[in-house]
Amino acid sequence: MSSFAGEKLECVRGERAVFSALDFTVEDGGALQLIGPNGSGKSSLLRLMASLIKPTAGRISWNGGNVADEPEAHRARLHYIGHLDGIQPLLTVAENLRFWAGLRPEGLNSNPGDATTEALDGFGLKALANIPCRFLSAGQCRRLALARLLAAPAALWLLDEPTTALDDDGVCAFHDAVRRHRAKGGVVVLASHGTETIEDARTLDLRAHGGIAVNRLV
Amino acid sequence: MTCFLLIAGRDLKLALRRGTDAVMVVTFFLLCVVLFAFGVGPDPSILGTISAGVIWVTALLASMLSLERLFQTDFEDGTLDLLVLGAAPVEATVMAKALAHWLTTGLPLTISAPILAVLLNMNAEGFATLMAAMALGTPSLTLIGAIGAALTVGARRGGVLLSLLVLPLYIPVLIFGVAAVNAAITGDAAGPFLMILGALLLVALAMTPLAGGAALRLAVE
Repeated sequence: MSSFAGEKLECVRGERAVFSALDFTVEDGGALQLIGPNGSGKSSLLRLMASLIKPTAGRISWNGGNVADEPEAHRARLHYIGHLDGIQPLLTVAENLRFWAGLRPEGLNSNPGDATTEALDGFGLKALANIPCRFLSAGQCRRLALARLLAAPAALWLLDEPTTALDDDGVCAFHDAVRRHRAKGGVVVLASHGTETIEDARTLDLRAHGGIAVNRLV
Repeated sequence: MTCFLLIAGRDLKLALRRGTDAVMVVTFFLLCVVLFAFGVGPDPSILGTISAGVIWVTALLASMLSLERLFQTDFEDGTLDLLVLGAAPVEATVMAKALAHWLTTGLPLTISAPILAVLLNMNAEGFATLMAAMALGTPSLTLIGAIGAALTVGARRGGVLLSLLVLPLYIPVLIFGVAAVNAAITGDAAGPFLMILGALLLVALAMTPLAGGAALRLAVE
Protein backbone atom coordinates (compact mmCIF):
# COMPACT_ATOMS: atom_id res chain seq x y z
CA MET A 1 0.00 0.00 0.00
CA SER A 2 1.27 3.43 -0.83
CA SER A 3 2.06 5.61 2.10
CA PHE A 4 2.55 9.15 0.89
CA ALA A 5 1.15 10.21 -2.46
CA GLY A 6 0.14 13.21 -4.52
CA GLU A 7 -2.23 13.29 -7.49
CA LYS A 8 -2.49 15.86 -10.26
CA LEU A 9 -0.83 18.53 -8.15
CA GLU A 10 -0.62 22.05 -9.44
CA CYS A 11 1.19 24.93 -7.82
CA VAL A 12 0.83 28.58 -8.80
CA ARG A 13 3.29 31.12 -7.39
CA GLY A 14 3.05 34.79 -8.31
CA GLU A 15 0.41 34.11 -10.97
CA ARG A 16 2.50 31.63 -12.91
CA ALA A 17 2.24 27.88 -12.74
CA VAL A 18 5.39 26.36 -11.26
CA PHE A 19 4.28 22.83 -12.08
CA SER A 20 1.07 21.05 -12.96
CA ALA A 21 -0.33 17.52 -13.33
CA LEU A 22 2.31 16.20 -10.97
CA ASP A 23 1.89 12.74 -9.40
CA PHE A 24 4.12 11.02 -6.90
CA THR A 25 4.03 8.04 -4.57
CA VAL A 26 6.43 6.97 -1.85
CA GLU A 27 5.97 3.71 0.01
CA ASP A 28 6.83 3.03 3.65
CA GLY A 29 10.58 3.07 3.99
CA GLY A 30 10.90 4.69 0.60
CA ALA A 31 12.68 7.80 -0.56
CA LEU A 32 11.83 10.27 -3.27
CA GLN A 33 14.46 12.55 -4.70
CA LEU A 34 13.26 15.72 -6.40
CA ILE A 35 15.57 16.89 -9.15
CA GLY A 36 15.41 19.76 -11.59
CA PRO A 37 17.17 23.03 -12.35
CA ASN A 38 16.85 26.19 -10.24
CA GLY A 39 13.30 27.48 -10.21
CA SER A 40 11.72 24.23 -11.33
CA GLY A 41 9.63 24.06 -8.14
CA LYS A 42 11.49 21.65 -5.86
CA SER A 43 11.14 23.88 -2.82
CA SER A 44 7.55 24.76 -3.68
CA LEU A 45 6.66 21.07 -3.90
CA LEU A 46 8.27 20.41 -0.51
CA ARG A 47 6.41 23.32 1.10
CA LEU A 48 3.26 22.00 -0.50
CA MET A 49 3.91 18.54 0.97
CA ALA A 50 4.48 20.17 4.35
CA SER A 51 1.07 21.89 4.06
CA LEU A 52 2.77 25.29 4.36
CA ILE A 53 1.22 26.20 1.00
CA LYS A 54 -1.95 24.82 -0.50
CA PRO A 55 -2.01 23.26 -3.96
CA THR A 56 -4.19 25.10 -6.47
CA ALA A 57 -5.33 21.73 -7.76
CA GLY A 58 -4.89 18.07 -6.82
CA ARG A 59 -4.61 16.30 -3.50
CA ILE A 60 -1.92 14.91 -1.23
CA SER A 61 -2.71 11.79 0.75
CA TRP A 62 -1.19 9.78 3.57
CA ASN A 63 -2.27 6.11 3.68
CA GLY A 64 -5.14 7.07 1.41
CA GLY A 65 -6.52 9.88 3.58
CA ASN A 66 -6.45 13.43 2.23
CA VAL A 67 -4.02 15.46 4.36
CA ALA A 68 -6.11 18.60 3.84
CA ASP A 69 -8.82 16.93 5.96
CA GLU A 70 -6.54 16.38 8.94
CA PRO A 71 -3.99 19.20 8.90
CA GLU A 72 -2.94 18.78 12.54
CA ALA A 73 -2.24 15.06 12.21
CA HIS A 74 -0.22 15.78 9.08
CA ARG A 75 1.83 18.50 10.75
CA ALA A 76 2.51 16.14 13.64
CA ARG A 77 3.93 13.43 11.40
CA LEU A 78 6.37 15.51 9.41
CA HIS A 79 9.73 17.19 9.76
CA TYR A 80 10.38 20.01 7.33
CA ILE A 81 13.88 21.37 6.88
CA GLY A 82 14.04 24.25 4.44
CA HIS A 83 16.84 26.46 3.18
CA LEU A 84 16.74 28.48 6.39
CA ASP A 85 18.04 26.72 9.45
CA GLY A 86 15.67 28.46 11.87
CA ILE A 87 18.48 28.98 14.35
CA GLN A 88 18.27 31.77 16.89
CA PRO A 89 21.86 33.06 17.28
CA LEU A 90 21.45 34.18 20.88
CA LEU A 91 20.40 30.76 22.15
CA THR A 92 22.87 27.94 22.68
CA VAL A 93 22.95 24.85 20.47
CA ALA A 94 21.13 22.75 23.06
CA GLU A 95 18.55 25.46 23.78
CA ASN A 96 17.69 25.78 20.09
CA LEU A 97 17.24 22.04 19.76
CA ARG A 98 15.22 21.74 22.95
CA PHE A 99 12.92 24.53 21.75
CA TRP A 100 12.28 22.76 18.44
CA ALA A 101 11.75 19.42 20.14
CA GLY A 102 9.31 21.04 22.55
CA LEU A 103 7.23 22.34 19.64
CA ARG A 104 6.65 18.78 18.48
CA PRO A 105 3.55 17.09 19.88
CA GLU A 106 5.43 14.01 21.06
CA GLY A 107 8.29 16.17 22.32
CA LEU A 108 6.02 17.25 25.14
CA ASN A 109 5.71 13.84 26.73
CA SER A 110 9.03 12.19 26.01
CA ASN A 111 12.15 13.22 27.84
CA PRO A 112 13.57 15.97 25.63
CA GLY A 113 16.82 16.10 27.60
CA ASP A 114 18.00 12.63 26.53
CA ALA A 115 16.61 12.87 23.02
CA THR A 116 18.34 16.18 22.33
CA THR A 117 21.70 14.93 23.67
CA GLU A 118 21.47 11.89 21.42
CA ALA A 119 20.46 14.02 18.46
CA LEU A 120 23.41 16.36 19.00
CA ASP A 121 25.71 13.35 19.30
CA GLY A 122 24.32 11.99 16.03
CA PHE A 123 25.61 15.03 14.19
CA GLY A 124 28.81 15.49 16.18
CA LEU A 125 27.63 18.60 18.00
CA LYS A 126 27.78 17.30 21.56
CA ALA A 127 30.88 19.30 22.46
CA LEU A 128 29.21 22.49 21.23
CA ALA A 129 25.98 22.02 23.20
CA ASN A 130 26.48 25.09 25.39
CA ILE A 131 27.90 27.41 22.75
CA PRO A 132 25.67 30.27 21.56
CA CYS A 133 24.70 29.65 17.94
CA ARG A 134 26.13 32.95 16.71
CA PHE A 135 29.57 31.33 16.91
CA LEU A 136 28.63 28.40 14.64
CA SER A 137 29.84 28.03 11.07
CA ALA A 138 27.40 27.52 8.20
CA GLY A 139 28.06 23.78 8.20
CA GLN A 140 27.61 23.51 11.96
CA CYS A 141 24.30 25.39 11.66
CA ARG A 142 23.21 22.88 9.03
CA ARG A 143 24.16 19.97 11.29
CA LEU A 144 22.11 21.54 14.08
CA ALA A 145 19.11 21.94 11.77
CA LEU A 146 19.42 18.28 10.75
CA ALA A 147 19.71 17.22 14.40
CA ARG A 148 16.02 18.19 14.67
CA LEU A 149 15.24 15.05 12.68
CA LEU A 150 16.69 12.90 15.46
CA ALA A 151 15.48 14.97 18.43
CA ALA A 152 11.82 14.10 17.86
CA PRO A 153 10.44 11.20 15.83
CA ALA A 154 8.34 11.88 12.73
CA ALA A 155 7.30 9.50 9.96
CA LEU A 156 7.81 11.89 7.07
CA TRP A 157 10.99 13.87 6.43
CA LEU A 158 10.81 16.72 3.92
CA LEU A 159 14.30 18.02 3.25
CA ASP A 160 15.27 20.90 1.00
CA GLU A 161 18.87 20.45 -0.13
CA PRO A 162 19.82 19.05 3.26
CA THR A 163 23.53 18.62 2.60
CA THR A 164 24.28 22.23 1.64
CA ALA A 165 27.41 23.42 3.47
CA LEU A 166 27.98 20.01 5.09
CA ASP A 167 31.47 18.46 5.11
CA ASP A 168 32.03 14.76 4.20
CA ASP A 169 31.61 13.74 7.81
CA GLY A 170 28.32 15.58 8.06
CA VAL A 171 27.07 14.06 4.79
CA CYS A 172 27.91 10.60 6.16
CA ALA A 173 26.02 11.30 9.39
CA PHE A 174 23.08 12.52 7.34
CA HIS A 175 22.99 9.40 5.14
CA ASP A 176 23.24 7.23 8.26
CA ALA A 177 20.25 9.00 9.76
CA VAL A 178 18.25 8.58 6.55
CA ARG A 179 19.12 4.87 6.36
CA ARG A 180 18.00 4.26 9.94
CA HIS A 181 14.83 6.28 9.43
CA ARG A 182 13.92 4.26 6.34
CA ALA A 183 14.71 0.97 8.06
CA LYS A 184 12.05 1.90 10.61
CA GLY A 185 9.56 2.46 7.79
CA GLY A 186 9.94 6.23 7.58
CA VAL A 187 9.48 8.19 4.37
CA VAL A 188 12.00 10.70 3.03
CA VAL A 189 11.45 13.29 0.32
CA LEU A 190 14.43 15.45 -0.53
CA ALA A 191 15.32 18.04 -3.09
CA SER A 192 18.78 18.07 -4.61
CA HIS A 193 20.54 19.00 -7.79
CA GLY A 194 21.23 15.36 -8.47
CA THR A 195 24.93 15.52 -7.63
CA GLU A 196 24.47 13.11 -4.76
CA THR A 197 21.98 10.33 -4.43
CA ILE A 198 20.19 8.39 -1.77
CA GLU A 199 20.36 4.60 -2.18
CA ASP A 200 17.51 3.10 -4.24
CA ALA A 201 15.52 6.33 -4.14
CA ARG A 202 12.92 7.04 -6.74
CA THR A 203 13.58 10.27 -8.62
CA LEU A 204 11.07 12.82 -9.76
CA ASP A 205 12.27 15.23 -12.43
CA LEU A 206 10.33 18.46 -12.19
CA ARG A 207 11.39 19.50 -15.68
CA ALA A 208 8.81 17.05 -16.98
CA HIS A 209 6.00 18.99 -15.34
CA GLY A 210 6.21 22.29 -17.11
CA GLY A 211 8.32 24.27 -14.69
CA ILE A 212 9.73 27.56 -15.92
CA ALA A 213 13.32 27.15 -14.93
CA VAL A 214 16.53 28.96 -15.81
CA ASN A 215 17.70 28.93 -19.42
CA ARG A 216 20.53 26.60 -20.27
CA LEU A 217 23.72 28.63 -20.32
CA VAL A 218 25.71 26.27 -22.50
CA MET B 1 -0.33 25.24 26.95
CA THR B 2 3.17 23.81 27.27
CA CYS B 3 3.97 25.17 23.81
CA PHE B 4 2.54 28.55 24.80
CA LEU B 5 4.88 28.77 27.78
CA LEU B 6 7.76 27.44 25.72
CA ILE B 7 7.37 30.14 23.06
CA ALA B 8 6.76 32.95 25.57
CA GLY B 9 9.71 31.73 27.65
CA ARG B 10 11.99 31.68 24.63
CA ASP B 11 11.06 35.24 23.68
CA LEU B 12 11.62 36.44 27.25
CA LYS B 13 14.97 34.68 27.38
CA LEU B 14 15.96 36.33 24.09
CA ALA B 15 14.87 39.74 25.39
CA LEU B 16 16.97 39.21 28.52
CA ARG B 17 20.02 38.09 26.51
CA ARG B 18 19.75 41.10 24.23
CA GLY B 19 19.34 43.08 27.43
CA THR B 20 18.44 46.25 25.61
CA ASP B 21 14.74 45.79 24.83
CA ALA B 22 13.12 46.96 28.06
CA VAL B 23 15.88 49.49 28.76
CA MET B 24 15.53 51.00 25.29
CA VAL B 25 11.76 51.35 25.60
CA VAL B 26 11.93 53.04 29.00
CA THR B 27 14.79 55.31 27.90
CA PHE B 28 12.82 56.35 24.82
CA PHE B 29 9.78 57.01 27.02
CA LEU B 30 11.84 59.14 29.39
CA LEU B 31 13.63 61.12 26.66
CA CYS B 32 10.44 61.95 24.80
CA VAL B 33 8.70 63.18 27.92
CA VAL B 34 11.72 65.32 28.81
CA LEU B 35 11.74 66.73 25.27
CA PHE B 36 8.14 67.82 25.74
CA ALA B 37 9.08 69.62 28.90
CA PHE B 38 11.84 71.47 27.04
CA GLY B 39 9.60 72.25 24.09
CA VAL B 40 6.59 73.51 26.03
CA GLY B 41 8.61 75.48 28.53
CA PRO B 42 9.01 75.25 32.30
CA ASP B 43 5.59 76.57 33.31
CA PRO B 44 4.40 73.93 35.86
CA SER B 45 0.70 74.59 35.30
CA ILE B 46 0.89 74.01 31.53
CA LEU B 47 2.97 70.86 32.06
CA GLY B 48 0.50 69.59 34.62
CA THR B 49 -2.41 70.14 32.22
CA ILE B 50 -0.84 68.26 29.32
CA SER B 51 0.90 65.57 31.41
CA ALA B 52 -1.65 62.78 30.92
CA GLY B 53 -1.76 63.29 27.16
CA VAL B 54 2.03 63.49 26.81
CA ILE B 55 2.61 60.34 28.85
CA TRP B 56 0.02 58.36 26.90
CA VAL B 57 1.17 59.47 23.44
CA THR B 58 4.77 58.72 24.35
CA ALA B 59 3.91 55.32 25.83
CA LEU B 60 2.03 54.50 22.65
CA LEU B 61 5.04 55.36 20.48
CA ALA B 62 7.42 53.51 22.81
CA SER B 63 5.40 50.32 22.67
CA MET B 64 5.58 50.49 18.85
CA LEU B 65 9.38 50.49 18.91
CA SER B 66 9.95 46.77 19.11
CA LEU B 67 6.71 45.64 17.45
CA GLU B 68 8.26 45.38 14.01
CA ARG B 69 10.61 42.66 15.22
CA LEU B 70 7.84 40.67 16.89
CA PHE B 71 7.58 38.18 14.00
CA GLN B 72 10.11 39.58 11.54
CA THR B 73 13.26 37.94 12.95
CA ASP B 74 11.52 34.57 13.17
CA PHE B 75 10.32 34.98 9.60
CA GLU B 76 13.79 35.81 8.34
CA ASP B 77 15.61 32.92 10.02
CA GLY B 78 12.97 30.30 9.19
CA THR B 79 11.68 29.79 12.74
CA LEU B 80 8.21 30.95 11.69
CA ASP B 81 7.83 27.91 9.39
CA LEU B 82 8.61 25.66 12.34
CA LEU B 83 6.22 27.52 14.62
CA VAL B 84 3.42 27.13 12.07
CA LEU B 85 4.23 23.43 11.65
CA GLY B 86 4.57 22.84 15.40
CA ALA B 87 2.00 21.34 17.74
CA ALA B 88 0.79 24.71 19.02
CA PRO B 89 -1.99 26.36 17.00
CA VAL B 90 -0.76 29.55 15.29
CA GLU B 91 -3.23 31.51 17.43
CA ALA B 92 -1.42 30.39 20.58
CA THR B 93 1.92 31.37 19.04
CA VAL B 94 0.63 34.90 18.42
CA MET B 95 -0.61 35.23 22.00
CA ALA B 96 2.59 33.81 23.48
CA LYS B 97 4.71 36.29 21.57
CA ALA B 98 2.32 39.14 22.49
CA LEU B 99 2.63 38.19 26.17
CA ALA B 100 6.42 38.27 25.99
CA HIS B 101 6.25 41.63 24.20
CA TRP B 102 3.99 43.13 26.84
CA LEU B 103 6.19 41.88 29.68
CA THR B 104 9.23 43.55 28.10
CA THR B 105 7.56 46.82 27.02
CA GLY B 106 4.09 47.45 28.48
CA LEU B 107 4.99 46.42 32.01
CA PRO B 108 8.15 48.58 32.29
CA LEU B 109 6.18 51.51 30.79
CA THR B 110 3.41 51.08 33.37
CA ILE B 111 5.90 50.95 36.22
CA SER B 112 7.88 53.98 35.07
CA ALA B 113 4.82 56.12 34.25
CA PRO B 114 4.38 57.63 37.77
CA ILE B 115 8.03 58.73 37.81
CA LEU B 116 7.47 60.65 34.58
CA ALA B 117 4.21 62.01 35.95
CA VAL B 118 6.25 63.62 38.74
CA LEU B 119 8.59 65.16 36.15
CA LEU B 120 5.59 66.67 34.37
CA ASN B 121 4.09 68.03 37.58
CA MET B 122 0.98 65.86 37.34
CA ASN B 123 -1.40 66.20 40.28
CA ALA B 124 -0.65 63.31 42.67
CA GLU B 125 -4.37 62.41 42.68
CA GLY B 126 -3.90 60.99 39.19
CA PHE B 127 -0.97 58.60 39.84
CA ALA B 128 -2.93 55.53 40.89
CA THR B 129 -5.42 55.94 38.04
CA LEU B 130 -2.56 56.51 35.58
CA MET B 131 -1.01 53.19 36.57
CA ALA B 132 -4.35 51.38 36.45
CA ALA B 133 -5.13 52.86 33.04
CA MET B 134 -1.67 51.94 31.73
CA ALA B 135 -2.01 48.41 33.12
CA LEU B 136 -5.30 48.03 31.21
CA GLY B 137 -4.30 49.98 28.11
CA THR B 138 -0.77 48.77 27.29
CA PRO B 139 -1.82 45.12 26.75
CA SER B 140 -4.33 46.40 24.18
CA LEU B 141 -1.54 48.32 22.47
CA THR B 142 0.57 45.17 22.27
CA LEU B 143 -2.31 43.01 21.03
CA ILE B 144 -3.45 45.46 18.34
CA GLY B 145 0.18 45.93 17.36
CA ALA B 146 0.65 42.16 17.08
CA ILE B 147 -2.04 42.03 14.38
CA GLY B 148 -0.23 44.78 12.49
CA ALA B 149 3.13 43.04 12.95
CA ALA B 150 1.70 39.75 11.66
CA LEU B 151 0.22 41.51 8.63
CA THR B 152 3.46 43.29 7.73
CA VAL B 153 5.74 40.25 8.16
CA GLY B 154 7.86 39.92 5.08
CA ALA B 155 6.99 43.38 3.77
CA ARG B 156 9.87 45.61 2.77
CA ARG B 157 10.11 48.66 5.03
CA GLY B 158 7.43 47.03 7.17
CA GLY B 159 8.10 49.40 10.07
CA VAL B 160 6.59 52.45 8.41
CA LEU B 161 3.65 50.46 7.11
CA LEU B 162 3.13 49.04 10.58
CA SER B 163 2.89 52.53 12.12
CA LEU B 164 0.37 53.66 9.51
CA LEU B 165 -1.68 50.54 10.13
CA VAL B 166 -1.57 50.44 13.90
CA LEU B 167 -1.47 54.05 15.15
CA PRO B 168 -5.05 54.92 14.05
CA LEU B 169 -6.28 51.82 15.90
CA TYR B 170 -4.58 53.07 19.07
CA ILE B 171 -6.81 56.17 19.22
CA PRO B 172 -9.60 54.70 21.42
CA VAL B 173 -7.05 53.50 23.99
CA LEU B 174 -5.45 56.94 23.96
CA ILE B 175 -8.74 58.81 24.40
CA PHE B 176 -10.03 56.73 27.29
CA GLY B 177 -6.61 56.41 28.90
CA VAL B 178 -6.18 60.18 29.05
CA ALA B 179 -9.82 60.71 30.05
CA ALA B 180 -9.46 58.35 33.02
CA VAL B 181 -6.40 60.19 34.35
CA ASN B 182 -7.95 63.64 33.84
CA ALA B 183 -11.14 62.53 35.58
CA ALA B 184 -9.13 61.35 38.57
CA ILE B 185 -7.23 64.66 38.73
CA THR B 186 -10.39 66.79 38.56
CA GLY B 187 -12.10 64.60 41.14
CA ASP B 188 -14.60 62.97 38.76
CA ALA B 189 -15.20 59.23 38.61
CA ALA B 190 -12.46 57.49 36.61
CA GLY B 191 -14.19 54.11 36.90
CA PRO B 192 -16.26 54.25 33.69
CA PHE B 193 -13.21 55.14 31.61
CA LEU B 194 -11.20 52.31 33.14
CA MET B 195 -14.08 49.96 32.38
CA ILE B 196 -14.06 51.04 28.75
CA LEU B 197 -10.30 50.41 28.65
CA GLY B 198 -11.01 46.95 30.07
CA ALA B 199 -13.65 46.37 27.41
CA LEU B 200 -11.18 47.41 24.68
CA LEU B 201 -8.68 44.93 26.14
CA LEU B 202 -11.25 42.12 26.02
CA VAL B 203 -12.05 42.88 22.38
CA ALA B 204 -8.34 42.89 21.55
CA LEU B 205 -7.86 39.59 23.43
CA ALA B 206 -10.59 37.98 21.32
CA MET B 207 -9.54 39.48 17.99
CA THR B 208 -5.77 39.16 18.06
CA PRO B 209 -5.45 35.36 18.00
CA LEU B 210 -7.84 35.08 15.06
CA ALA B 211 -6.54 37.97 12.97
CA GLY B 212 -2.88 37.47 13.86
CA GLY B 213 -3.06 33.70 13.26
CA ALA B 214 -4.65 34.16 9.85
CA ALA B 215 -2.02 36.76 8.93
CA LEU B 216 0.86 34.47 9.94
CA ARG B 217 -0.54 31.56 7.93
CA LEU B 218 -0.61 33.86 4.90
CA ALA B 219 2.93 35.03 5.65
CA VAL B 220 4.47 31.55 5.36
CA GLU B 221 2.73 30.78 2.05
